[in-house]
Amino acid sequence: MESKVAYDNDLNLKATELRLGLPGTDDREEQTLFSARNNKRPLPDTSKECGSKKKSDAQHVDNETAPPTKAQIVGWPPIRSYRKNNLQPKKSDQAEVAGIYVKVSMDGAPYLRKIDLGIYQGYPELLKALESMFKFTIGEYSEREGYKGSEYAPTYEDKDGDWMLVGDVPWDMFMSSCKRLRIMKGSEARGLGCGV
Amino acid sequence: MDPERKKVLERVAVSTFPDEVLERVLVQLKSHKDRSSVSLVCHSWYDAERFSRTHVFIANCYSVTPEIVSRRFPNIRSVSLKGKPRFSDFNLVPPKWGADIRSWLVMFAAKYPFLEELRLKRMTVTDESLEFLALSCPNFKGLSLLSCDGFSTDGLAAIATHCKNLTELDIQENDLNDKSGSWLSCFPENFSSLEVLNFANLSNDVNFEALERLVSRCKSLKVLKVNRNITLEQLPRLLIHAPLLTELGTGSFLQEHPACQYSELENAFNKCMNLNTLSGLSEVTALSLPALYPTCANLTFLNLSCAALQSGELAKLLVHCPCLRRLWVLDTVEDKGLEAVGSNCPLLEELRVFPTDPFDEDTFHGVTESGFIAVSYGCRRLSYVLYFCRQMTNAAVETIVQNCPDFTHFRLCIMNPWQPDYQTNEPMDKAFCAVVKTCTRLQRLAVSGLLTDLTFEYIGKYAKNLETLSVAFAGSSDWGMQCVLGGCPKLRKLEIRDCPFGNAALLSGLDKYESMRSLWMSGCKVTMNGCRLLAKEMPRLNVEVIKVDGSNESQADKVYVYRSVAGPRRDAPPFVLTL
Repeated sequence: MESKVAYDNDLNLKATELRLGLPGTDDREEQTLFSARNNKRPLPDTSKECGSKKKSDAQHVDNETAPPTKAQIVGWPPIRSYRKNNLQPKKSDQAEVAGIYVKVSMDGAPYLRKIDLGIYQGYPELLKALESMFKFTIGEYSEREGYKGSEYAPTYEDKDGDWMLVGDVPWDMFMSSCKRLRIMKGSEARGLGCGV
Repeated sequence: MDPERKKVLERVAVSTFPDEVLERVLVQLKSHKDRSSVSLVCHSWYDAERFSRTHVFIANCYSVTPEIVSRRFPNIRSVSLKGKPRFSDFNLVPPKWGADIRSWLVMFAAKYPFLEELRLKRMTVTDESLEFLALSCPNFKGLSLLSCDGFSTDGLAAIATHCKNLTELDIQENDLNDKSGSWLSCFPENFSSLEVLNFANLSNDVNFEALERLVSRCKSLKVLKVNRNITLEQLPRLLIHAPLLTELGTGSFLQEHPACQYSELENAFNKCMNLNTLSGLSEVTALSLPALYPTCANLTFLNLSCAALQSGELAKLLVHCPCLRRLWVLDTVEDKGLEAVGSNCPLLEELRVFPTDPFDEDTFHGVTESGFIAVSYGCRRLSYVLYFCRQMTNAAVETIVQNCPDFTHFRLCIMNPWQPDYQTNEPMDKAFCAVVKTCTRLQRLAVSGLLTDLTFEYIGKYAKNLETLSVAFAGSSDWGMQCVLGGCPKLRKLEIRDCPFGNAALLSGLDKYESMRSLWMSGCKVTMNGCRLLAKEMPRLNVEVIKVDGSNESQADKVYVYRSVAGPRRDAPPFVLTL
């Protein structure tokens, strides 16, 4: 954005007369910006007023004429704080389980992969990621019949050492009990899915 | 005419329309403006009106005292009150500024013990106050708290416990101390009158079984908005008990299991054929969205401002929503998503586009002028827009208002202050000139971008119906504000921040402020002396200055001017100086 660049450079390079704005627009821009800047009070106490804005650690600006960066302008853009809170992840425990790396093997593939289970929100994302990592399609999941419609079935080894079909238990339980993943192929896969 | 005969005729004229009849007629009047007009006709109409009024709306709690209200209106059952200046929503008003409901509640307990409804916006409410209200007004039915502060979930527990006839509990966007979700369990087991329940913005878990039981008992429940902790699996269990729902706010819309409870969800939504409003949908994904399609046919208001949808997902959803009149989205939908809005929603009247992360420009591109233009081509009935973007052009806005001349509310927020038209590098004056010239019905305007005094000249000259104007980082000199105050005959609220307007501008509005509700100026060039002069010239205005620590002695950092029959505030904190 030209204006922003010109604005920032205006601050630091004014002494050396360097301008990066479009020719002919500098004077007006500088004038308007300058007059607007003069209205800026330093915002030393905004830290008291913007408790919910985590990005705006308003500090004393060293240079009185330096305009606050966007993050320092209190209450701008005009969005209510509850709206900012809405966009944070719902479950705080999700942050704690980040970094659950498990090995993933696929029948017939020459080497294994590793994925971080913590970055996925749920089964749909995980399955999509596996599909694109190994270039295959998983079928349609149903509780009764497992994964129908393809040769593959995603399975995992749980804490007890048993091989389970991915998707049966709630996501959180899966994340905490999954030790490794294996994408089974062919008859072995079909056997697991169909009400053994 | 014979004077005797004239007197007799006059007496007859008045007595043929007895007060009882007049009151019966006036009871039908709901609009405050109409009632105001009626009360000015003559003394007997003034009396008839005041006895028949059951709802009072006080737009500024400091403009009048509880005593004055109770003296004039003896039969009030419903009160709406607004407190702090609007910019308090953006942290521009320090905490403990005031607008405490307490003194009003004391009056209600004494004069309106039969009070049924209380709607508060930007007021300070304590837990003690909520308990006091619940205990003082045994017939209390409806509580709505919007953007309030000072209370905790304990206060909600008091309401749930004591208000046996409660029909509405609407807790929206408040700055409350969310201690726990146990308040919900305080509704007695035989309590069944609830029609409206909104706790969407509360963050603690409520006991789901208690909620399920509550919903199944309240057979008249029409509005249910739950918080994000209610899962997609739990939702159907609520919906099957609430077939009369017209407004639903879901919790999390994230599928935990792949596809397995999809059918249950679909069935539940199929039962809710009266839904006209849908919101919530946090963490929604492309996989869970289709469950909504059956319900969308009759939707008139879709609030996706908590759902980070991509353009394709939105497009697929909107195909099912032909009746949409109001749509709120996040800017994750980008311009492509807005094109889908233009293509699918010909009846759209209101669009709000909120920014996902206003400070992170690199990751989130958001929407641009093209999206807005696309909507304007498809949605010719658009009358309300709130649009957060990072770039805009004058030409775009000119096109938009040509397509949609019926705007009543035009709120454009170009998120970088002082940003010019990014194509021509000119100020955005032409854009807002087009808005005020073309949209003759404009009532509310918020301007942004690089603006000179020219914008304000246009506003003053053309915006004949403008009632509310919000200005930030704009203008070149006092002249701008003077133009607005000299024009805009219907102006009621003017809120200004960080503009180069000073005392001359402030004082040019002397004649106007008494016809306005309020004026806010912060970060401008107004001085204490200017404010003192205003206060001296206009004794019926309250001129308040909020002092910010560490600022210059003579500067008036934040000025709030409003008309009042109550005189100066008696509860002002030390940092509010009444001049």
